[in-house]
Amino acid sequence: MILLGQILVAFGTLSLVAIGGANAVLPEMHRLVVEVHHWMDDATFTQLFAMAQAAPGPNILAASVMGWHIAGPAGMMAATLGMLVPSACLAWIMAGLTIRLRGNTWMKPAQFGLVPIAVGLIAASGLIMAQAAGTSWLSFLIIGASTVFVWRTKHSPLWVLAGGGLLGLVLL
Amino acid sequence: MTEASARITPSRNQLFLAYLQIGLTSFGGVNAWARRFFVEKKGWLSEQEYAEALGIGQVLPGANALNTAIGIGTRFHGATGALACAAGLFAGPMILLAAVASLYDSYGQLPLVRAILTGIAAAAAGMVMGTAMKMATKLRPSLPLWAIGLTALAMAVLRVPMPYVLLALAPLGLLAAWHETR
Repeated sequence: MILLGQILVAFGTLSLVAIGGANAVLPEMHRLVVEVHHWMDDATFTQLFAMAQAAPGPNILAASVMGWHIAGPAGMMAATLGMLVPSACLAWIMAGLTIRLRGNTWMKPAQFGLVPIAVGLIAASGLIMAQAAGTSWLSFLIIGASTVFVWRTKHSPLWVLAGGGLLGLVLL
Repeated sequence: MTEASARITPSRNQLFLAYLQIGLTSFGGVNAWARRFFVEKKGWLSEQEYAEALGIGQVLPGANALNTAIGIGTRFHGATGALACAAGLFAGPMILLAAVASLYDSYGQLPLVRAILTGIAAAAAGMVMGTAMKMATKLRPSLPLWAIGLTALAMAVLRVPMPYVLLALAPLGLLAAWHETR
């Protein structure tokens, strides 16, 4: 029960600072899950996050997969509720205010000014994942190729995930 | 429902089923799929209405897709509409991920599975970095916004707790943006 409470609090805190979504919150998730609570190691964290990316649905469900890994089905529920409920309540309150906020003068600067922070945090997420995933020359090759592919082309990123898995299967 | 009165109002059931479908098909991010479904396929929302819901969803913390779903659900049916959309969005993927997670616990340590997952994890790391670079390239931020973004990057890599990062940088970002959009 104490563990479930800890999971709920950890992901509940994440929920309210997750500006920019799952990718942007990864550094903080890593800090809490790996460094503060020692619930899993670096490689496991990165693999679980990658699995949530590859599956359909919101990427924030990475929290659910980690919850399961820490404490089974109950852990999954605790992590998911913690991750979703606080921010969902906020979104619901804001939705009620929307009609009054429509075209409000602060909406544009708010979006505009928070975006660079989100982008910086997403870049940091990539670096943290690369630190954990870069175990051999082949993984560095996959990381580099995948970065350029996603940055420079408009194809679905699922191709690189599939390609990465295939290369891993054949060569690692 | 202000200017949408001429449009069809979907029922709670329809909203739930719509998001159930979106949740299960939306590989690689929900928002593009949701827009296609609500705006192009069903015509329940105009382009502008969807963009507004998404815009608010992106400013708020948490999953953008969920925030947007709650905004859309509330617009049509208040709190129960929001619940229908949120439940639909998460029901399918949650079941799927529970299966994936339990398989990982049983087979994650097998050398073959580990090799595949290591490859996928490396590709996902590149995917996340590529996404950040794509966003930065598209947005062409001004110098102050670049500085704010890079500071956020550095702070996160140095593992500064996120609440501090936001407390330090969000006011600066808002100030810079307010100056530029004025």
